[in-house]
Amino acid sequence: MARTADVIVIGGGLHGCSTALHLALRGLKTIVVEKDYAGRHASGVNAGGVRQLARDIAEIPLSISSMAIWEHIEELVGDDCGFASHGTVLVAESEVEFAGFRARVDDLRLKGFTHEELIGEAELRRLVPAVSDYCPGGIVSRRDGAADPFRTTQAFRKRAIEKGAQVLEGVAVTAIARAGGGWRVETSDGPIEAPRVVNAAGAWADRIAAMLGEPVPLEVIAPMLMVTSRLPAFIEPVVILRGRKLSFKQLDNGTVVIGGGHRARPLRDQNRTVLDWGKLAVSARTVWELFPVMRAATIVRAWAGIEARMPDEIPVVGPSVTSEGVYHQFGFSAHGFQLGPGAGAMMAELIATGATNVPIDGLGIGRFAARP
Amino acid sequence: MTRAPDLASSYDLVVVGGGPAGLAAAALAARAGVSTVLFDENPGIGGQIYRGITSTPIKDRAVLGEDYWAGTALAAEATASGATIVNGATVWSLDPSRQVGVAIAGQVRMIQAQRVIVATGSLERPFPIPGWTLPGVMTAGAAQTVLKAQGLVPGGRTLLAGCGPLLWLLAAQLLRAGAAIEAILETTPRGNWLRALPHLPDFLLSPYWSKGLALLREVKGKVPVIPIERLAARGEDRLQEVDYVSHGKEHRRRADLLLLHQGVVPNVNLANAAGAVHRWNERQLCFEPVLDVDFTSTVSGIAVAGDGAGIAGGTAAAERGRLAAIAAVRALKPAVSVPDPQSVRQRLQREELGRGFLDTLYRPADAFRLPEGETIACRCEEVTSGQIRGMAAIGCEGPNQMKAFLRCGMGPCQGRLCGLTVTELIAAERRTRPGEVGYYRLRPPVKPITLAELASLPISEAERKAVER
Repeated sequence: MARTADVIVIGGGLHGCSTALHLALRGLKTIVVEKDYAGRHASGVNAGGVRQLARDIAEIPLSISSMAIWEHIEELVGDDCGFASHGTVLVAESEVEFAGFRARVDDLRLKGFTHEELIGEAELRRLVPAVSDYCPGGIVSRRDGAADPFRTTQAFRKRAIEKGAQVLEGVAVTAIARAGGGWRVETSDGPIEAPRVVNAAGAWADRIAAMLGEPVPLEVIAPMLMVTSRLPAFIEPVVILRGRKLSFKQLDNGTVVIGGGHRARPLRDQNRTVLDWGKLAVSARTVWELFPVMRAATIVRAWAGIEARMPDEIPVVGPSVTSEGVYHQFGFSAHGFQLGPGAGAMMAELIATGATNVPIDGLGIGRFAARP
Repeated sequence: MTRAPDLASSYDLVVVGGGPAGLAAAALAARAGVSTVLFDENPGIGGQIYRGITSTPIKDRAVLGEDYWAGTALAAEATASGATIVNGATVWSLDPSRQVGVAIAGQVRMIQAQRVIVATGSLERPFPIPGWTLPGVMTAGAAQTVLKAQGLVPGGRTLLAGCGPLLWLLAAQLLRAGAAIEAILETTPRGNWLRALPHLPDFLLSPYWSKGLALLREVKGKVPVIPIERLAARGEDRLQEVDYVSHGKEHRRRADLLLLHQGVVPNVNLANAAGAVHRWNERQLCFEPVLDVDFTSTVSGIAVAGDGAGIAGGTAAAERGRLAAIAAVRALKPAVSVPDPQSVRQRLQREELGRGFLDTLYRPADAFRLPEGETIACRCEEVTSGQIRGMAAIGCEGPNQMKAFLRCGMGPCQGRLCGLTVTELIAAERRTRPGEVGYYRLRPPVKPITLAELASLPISEAERKAVER
């Protein structure tokens, strides 16, 4: 006898757990199927940036809706998830870059978005006193912040279970087929049937999409991060660069997390990554130049989480175009952590009511459909 | 002195660690014409057992014993072999494609190796008792390091506590060097004698028993040995008193220095970070790499020799190093003649013969491995045993989740001082086996490097362009 549910969510990352929680809150019987454990990959080991800043226009509405949830995250999941809001600052490293930033902020204003704010040298120094003096200014998004990624994923998992969702861990999906009017998902722990399936399988989402007859061009990536030993507090906001790859934040415990998108070699089938120290050395040099105070810091650990990148670097979110009852929520391309709470709420709304108030035009899977 | 810029970008063989296994391996491989570099973290070669072999200020041979001075030949052999030996070289990364990250005098290099022999030896088993983080409490191995390297002997009221063959060796070395040890608090559970008995015949055939017996007699003739069941260090800002329970009765002694030791376990960090599969050894209560007869790990081209492959002592370590080196030479230069591995294996088996008895006899009691309550388990992040037990009881199934929940194992020591404790505590709480619970997934750098050191890694122009799209 197959187990049955209203919705099967494939993937127990932050997105899968968030969607499961919001579905459970709407009274839908939900089963999450996770091949490892919740938060084992990118959801648990990402940089923890909760950022609206510097996003593609297509995902800004989703990001803003998610921010509203982040600001009351404890009410939703019963844990503050380590969320602290000190803003994100995008630092310009040259006048040319700064001019580009000005154009971006002006363009966003015309489209009605005001969360990004251009700042000159004085405000940059006030927000980030340790930054090198060659930087002319930047953009700040003041409501942004950072959270603890593993704790966040676990909090969503725990609350989803408390609200009635089932989370099967160490259970892998092996096949998916039509069954009656719905879907039969074969797993290493037996079959499950449900009228609706959500594909939130992260770096493995292309395999699930292929099982559902809707192949996508997904690249498996593993953005690298490193963390230092504890330093005296010297910076509050998260700092990011665009010209060179860098994200930089000091946690409450004094350690500094350095990331920015340099990639390790992912070994998807072994759940492993091989770090590229040549690229981490480039990160180290960037930090060396931008924050002289960091030069003597000790690097304690470096790692990478496996996740999915789409060719256009924006996620696939929304209903399938070929199969009824199938929804996709993957391909967040190294910036999905902040979107997790909002995407789960939006997805549950979409599944439960057939529509959503959050504009997700431009994020559909149809953009990858083979053109005749 | 070899500096980072003097190194080639690739070698046939990289040996990590200059103890008996590393020295024997490098000597054999280099003499066979294999381009060999040996990286050793210490200022001089010798590893822990032969620490300071070329430089120790202790010239009276009787103090450190003849087994120590046996290291002279090994060191001379390696030095004359043609291998490039680099001291002060910290290997902080090893990946499955055999890229070796090394830091030398503030400079970092990535070296490509055809073969790697990891000979990083052993670590003292964690000894988490109440108060073990107080100044005045240190490991016996640390005291031995200072004795060998600087010739320094502890002063004040000194107590030794624990079990294992090295405890007796250190006691003897310290006494010969003039230290005053007030007492040895022996933690070997009495029941172990009975369990070890079936292994006695093999032990009697091994080189250990006569040496071991002589050591025991020597130490017991000079210092009272008190069997104990419980142990705690007390003091405000530093050690003042040691509480212990002997034959069911509580005792308290004033003490200035408490030296702790309950055996050694393989230092698995580098091989673990490279992705080698490890398994639980129930007799030695530790993780060890899964190896073939040539000591090659589950990662192609990476071997683990010496005590890092499972505890067997210094002489066995050298034989294991030779076996790993013979396999490396055969793979790299099939035409070159090498010593017959069969005869090396026979010598190794003789050396390993006594382990069953020693491991069973000196298997540390649960009370000294599975702490409770406020006793610190992870020193770097100050995580208590009670916190770990509590998390395991509410469902945390493994050390990697524990890291995320409590930060244990996330400090600069990379779990060296808490890894086994955390695994065993989870297993105890969840009533399963340590092998099922598993160990930390270790992330490089396995030894900390500074941002400035990493920034010193030469980057090719192509690489710079490739990453700055």
